[in-house]
Amino acid sequence: MDITILYYLIPSLIMFCCGVYGFITRRNMIAMLISLELMLNSVDINFVVFNRYLYPENMEGMFFTLFAIAIAAAETALAIAIIINVFREVKNISVSDLSKMKH
Amino acid sequence: MESVGSIIMYLVIALSIILFSVLTVTTRKILRSATFLLFTLFATAALYFKLDYEFLGAVQIAVYAGGIVVLFVFSIFLTSHPGHSDEKLVSKKRVLGMTASLATFAAVCYALLYRCGMAMTQLPAMENPKMNEIGKALMGTGEYQYLLPFEAISVLLLACIIGGVVVARKR
Repeated sequence: MDITILYYLIPSLIMFCCGVYGFITRRNMIAMLISLELMLNSVDINFVVFNRYLYPENMEGMFFTLFAIAIAAAETALAIAIIINVFREVKNISVSDLSKMKH
Repeated sequence: MESVGSIIMYLVIALSIILFSVLTVTTRKILRSATFLLFTLFATAALYFKLDYEFLGAVQIAVYAGGIVVLFVFSIFLTSHPGHSDEKLVSKKRVLGMTASLATFAAVCYALLYRCGMAMTQLPAMENPKMNEIGKALMGTGEYQYLLPFEAISVLLLACIIGGVVVARKR
């Protein structure tokens, strides 16, 4: 059995679909953020796999993934700061309770 | 032709990615969800190691598993009761989510299986990228070198630090 490029893309695709499902169904803001991380992570896997299989002499996909990881970390930190601030105002982080933007 | 050990390693990694990412979005306790996310990220790091990108696997473990998941766990403790489960999903929401994700899955599977000429590419031989080359590519300004994005990321992180402090401080 040969492990072709398809064998890596399918788990990454399933991870992305899980992220979509979680992002739509979850009500808790932190759970939605976790689903977002799943989607970002599956895209990172795709970059690395395409780089490794199609252009093994270059490192573009690897650097894209490096920068994507850094941006994901920054985005998560800021989102969690916002979520904690919202929790302080509303005492709840369910998206259905966030009908007012101003307090 | 891959060796048997390599195939077994691939199977373990792929199955754990699939299993843990499904569990991440289906479990109803939020802390368990964060734990399964951690396992998914570890499996991804193992996949990077298997594909010979050792630096990338180390970065994945250090930044994602060491930084982001810890942030998640702390914010979960700050904002909800750990043992508390989410209420049951409304069935309309579940149908919508299932439809969206299955439609994505079907469309991409069709594209991969029937419309993608490179789907059967074999694994080419590759040297592990050396730290020397990675550092030169990150710090150079020539072709295929990445000083500008590197600096942009550093400005972004600074903005993120200041923004986090401003947003989260007590008034």
